[in-house]
Amino acid sequence: MSYKQKIAARAAKAITSGMTINLGIGLPTLIPCYLDAKTQVMIHSENGVLGAGKAAAKENAHPMQIDAGGGYITVNKGASFFDSATSFAIVRGGRLDIAFLGALEVSEKGDLANWIIPGKFAPGIGGGMELAQKAKRLVVVTSHCTKKGLPKIIRQCTLPLTARKCVDMIITELAVFEMQDEQLILREIASESNLDEIREKTQARFRAPEGKLPIF
Amino acid sequence: MNKLTSINEAVNLIKSGQTIMVGGFGNPGTPMTLLEALLKSGARDLTMIKNEVNEPGIGISRLVEAGIVRKLIISHLGLNNRVIEMMNKGLVEIEFHPQGILAEKIRCGGAGLLGLITDIGVDTIIAESRNVSVFQGKKAILEPCIRADVALIHAAASDTLGNLCYTRTAFNFNPLMAQAADLVIAETFELVEPGGISPDHVHTPCVFVDHIVQVKNSRELYGVLAHHVL
Repeated sequence: MSYKQKIAARAAKAITSGMTINLGIGLPTLIPCYLDAKTQVMIHSENGVLGAGKAAAKENAHPMQIDAGGGYITVNKGASFFDSATSFAIVRGGRLDIAFLGALEVSEKGDLANWIIPGKFAPGIGGGMELAQKAKRLVVVTSHCTKKGLPKIIRQCTLPLTARKCVDMIITELAVFEMQDEQLILREIASESNLDEIREKTQARFRAPEGKLPIF
Repeated sequence: MNKLTSINEAVNLIKSGQTIMVGGFGNPGTPMTLLEALLKSGARDLTMIKNEVNEPGIGISRLVEAGIVRKLIISHLGLNNRVIEMMNKGLVEIEFHPQGILAEKIRCGGAGLLGLITDIGVDTIIAESRNVSVFQGKKAILEPCIRADVALIHAAASDTLGNLCYTRTAFNFNPLMAQAADLVIAETFELVEPGGISPDHVHTPCVFVDHIVQVKNSRELYGVLAHHVL
């Protein structure tokens, strides 16, 4: 299992039947592969579909039916299509139970930075600010450190924010954290990791509850 | 009342220096044939408004790459490294908006509203270039509406009066932009007589549409992009 699959598999456990969810581009799109057959969810994609299904096989790909990342999709029974104003009424109106987004940095107060590295990377805002600010629950799914091995979960974001105090949960290949009363709490430890490694690779201050933590 | 127009007649109405809205999110809903004709028309110095910039060599990206677009008002540049490079070199000016706010600014433009009030982005760097105020005790951004000289729309079907109908994920910005420009040109694969689209299924009423151009659903311009198939 790659680190991305590990994160996606754990993220799928945050979803319960009846939820409406949005999956950011990249890693989050792997999450539905790990949902069990009994979990019924409505997947919203901000380009204008509620009820998105699996990726379409070549012979089923319809040129007018994609997700927000550009991949061809199937739709489930009960799906609907709509324009971008309606799509973001779903987002800003608070109809999303969970949005899963990637991160460049997350702060110990739950700030998220994921859209711009000034001078280096500026593909634009897309739907990220609205998803981060208005989903009922924002789950960040990300590698624990950058490609250079630097911590992504840090005291204060150095990059321009996507939204302030928006993150509810962070799932990495090493750990699961939850925000509670503006404090970061370690909830689970990956079977491949341990508390010492997590402390070493996390700059943000966090609380580790007493006793043995669940392993994922 | 018949609004059927030839593609050249329609595109020749667009002048250099104008502001043009273009429907589409990725390929679906992008008026590929109208954009190709606009590229060949000689118009330049254009300000263009679109969700994103398509991919290199496709749709609106071809106009940006050809240097006839002065400014892009956009939500993101997505997968388009060529346009990102042009932005970094200062060859095209980019104005970013959160996607749903861009949609809503355009909706306001079409609905005769001056703008909207939002808390999206209040704690971010975008607030630095916005009109920030306090509304009902909360920090808020006043966003002016957006209108354009021209809107280029892709519809799945139209009647000769200009009643439009969209399909699948090709709605996106099209119904909003079709209401928010002084001149609205819609391309369609399927042209029918009035009554050919049930009144229940008209998504954009004909009052908003000035010209209809019937286009061929060619695989080159509208087909599935092989690199996006798993």
